[in-house]
Amino acid sequence: MALLDAVRLAWQTLRAQKLKSGFSLIGVFIGVSFFIGAWSITNGINIYMTEKFAGTVIGVNTFHLRRRPAFTPHVSDSMWRAWARRPRIRFSDAEAVSEGLTVPVITAWQSSDNGDIEANGKTVRAAEIVGATERYFDIKNLTIAQGRPFSAQEVRSGVPVVVVGSEVAQKLYPGRDPIGKTVRLGGRPYRIVGVVAEQGKLFGFSLDRFAVAPALSPVQDLVNPPGVVDALIVKANSEMEMREAMSQAEGIMRSRRHLRPAQGNTFVLETSEGVLEFWAGIQKVLFMFGPMVVLVSLVVGGIVIMNIMFMAVAERTREIGLRKSLGARRRDILRQFLVESVTLAGLGGAAGVLFGVLLTVALKAISPLPTALSGVSVVLGLLVGGLTGVAAGIIPASRASKLDPITALRQE
Amino acid sequence: MNFRTGDTPTPDIVILAHKLTREYDMGLELVRALRGVSVQIRKNEYVAVMGPSGSGKSTLMNLIGCLDTPTSGEYWLNGQQVSDLRDDELARIRNKEIGFVFQTFNLLPRADALHNVELPLIYAGMSGRARRERAEYALARVGLADRMDHKPNELSGGQRQRVAIARALVNDPSILLADEPTGNLDSTTSGEIMAVFADLHRQGQTVVMVTHEHDIAAHAARVITLRDGIVATDQLKAA
Repeated sequence: MALLDAVRLAWQTLRAQKLKSGFSLIGVFIGVSFFIGAWSITNGINIYMTEKFAGTVIGVNTFHLRRRPAFTPHVSDSMWRAWARRPRIRFSDAEAVSEGLTVPVITAWQSSDNGDIEANGKTVRAAEIVGATERYFDIKNLTIAQGRPFSAQEVRSGVPVVVVGSEVAQKLYPGRDPIGKTVRLGGRPYRIVGVVAEQGKLFGFSLDRFAVAPALSPVQDLVNPPGVVDALIVKANSEMEMREAMSQAEGIMRSRRHLRPAQGNTFVLETSEGVLEFWAGIQKVLFMFGPMVVLVSLVVGGIVIMNIMFMAVAERTREIGLRKSLGARRRDILRQFLVESVTLAGLGGAAGVLFGVLLTVALKAISPLPTALSGVSVVLGLLVGGLTGVAAGIIPASRASKLDPITALRQE
Repeated sequence: MNFRTGDTPTPDIVILAHKLTREYDMGLELVRALRGVSVQIRKNEYVAVMGPSGSGKSTLMNLIGCLDTPTSGEYWLNGQQVSDLRDDELARIRNKEIGFVFQTFNLLPRADALHNVELPLIYAGMSGRARRERAEYALARVGLADRMDHKPNELSGGQRQRVAIARALVNDPSILLADEPTGNLDSTTSGEIMAVFADLHRQGQTVVMVTHEHDIAAHAARVITLRDGIVATDQLKAA
């Protein structure tokens, strides 16, 4: 019997028993939907992490010189206390490293804290207040949409000017040109010289709620103790040069802190790899539990299909006997029931793929989760659904194929 | 003709059973359904097999139809010894050499008449178009050319049995094997079906029919009566 005939036959049988077939699809449907959904979420976050987040937070070919890592998975209390005892990165450290590097790099200081931005009686609460040097905008890839960044001159003199995020500008000066207007950070007035182009959201958090002021302006009182920076950001032209700059920076810092060879660093040089490692830790958990849920629902779905197939074999014993008397071989009967079970599971899988795709699109539209559909997951979803059908159908089908035609024909 | 073990039947013999026995092991007792049946049926014979229940006629029918294999003895069908063939080879023989007609019609309820008749051709591996033509021809032969797209529940009992006969004929089998073909039909319809059989016989078809009704058996040219697993009588009717 040709495969096409078997598929057509299976389709007829399933159509004749819509309700029963529908119920038996549910398990595979749920399993495959979840599979696609979970995959899309993980995949989306992954893309976000590698392309956008790591780039946004740290940047390509860029490292941060910090007292302790900014992004870490779980850290023990003792480790945390050890980090807290480390000396901070001082202006003098940052200057010494910037001047000591022989590799062509651009550097910027960065210190930040959360605070309110006020103007006109309006307030943007819990915005990110940043004290930085002039190359900060280049390194962070911040595009100035209006006005200009502050200059090196303004940084050195500590002029109270500020570049704000687009959300801040819109909230405080809606429908008006914010350039030249005043905002208050920690009660002190700053003149807006620039607005950064809109960056959107990351996990539902706005990336446009910030204000950057020159590092030596009064903002330093808001973000750090005097003479201290959170990070010296160093951006090189290539990965190789970044590595070279990192080892130079390490040497400079170690000699400044008089560390003996046996002593570890009392600072960290953090790259985007660090952030990605942090993400990899989360991903590992997702990849462990995701498949388990999928597996459970597929096993349940498979068992349901197996039962349906056993019932089908019992109900159609006479038909099997008839088919054998008309010349059906064992493998014809085996194939017929296998195709039926695979068609069932395949339909469930296809419906699951469809729903999973819709879920992905819907999640992207209404939730902050950055989902991204992957073709691999669609193919795998269908494959897994079909395989469930084979696994669930093989025993009932083989039982059907071994039926004795005489006994089968005699059954009522 | 006297057949001895080791011989090959002559080409005009379609069915040759030689000392066929069939025993069923029922655990506590051994049921000997056939105790040595020797029968020869020529091409284009019309044979009725009779006997009370328990006489072994169903067992003989199953053996002739290659649904079962004998415990001992030889069975030759159309010049081929089938008594010791394997499962898949038996399936092929059933497909090519035997056309079954059952008491309860055994049509697939969800398929129309045409598809029911196509079934043996599907298992023969015939392609779609040729299959359709053959099935249409077979249905026309039994007078159902205008009922091809009807499902079994849209047909009368006699029409259903004629669909079953068309299905039995579609592969051009060596024998038409009917098991109580009129058992579920009233006497008028039974007469129609017997007329179809007579017609097919006239066209050269070999027909073997199992029945317990004398007036049905009377349509056959030869009546074999079984009793207690052996042939009791084997009578040719004077034409």
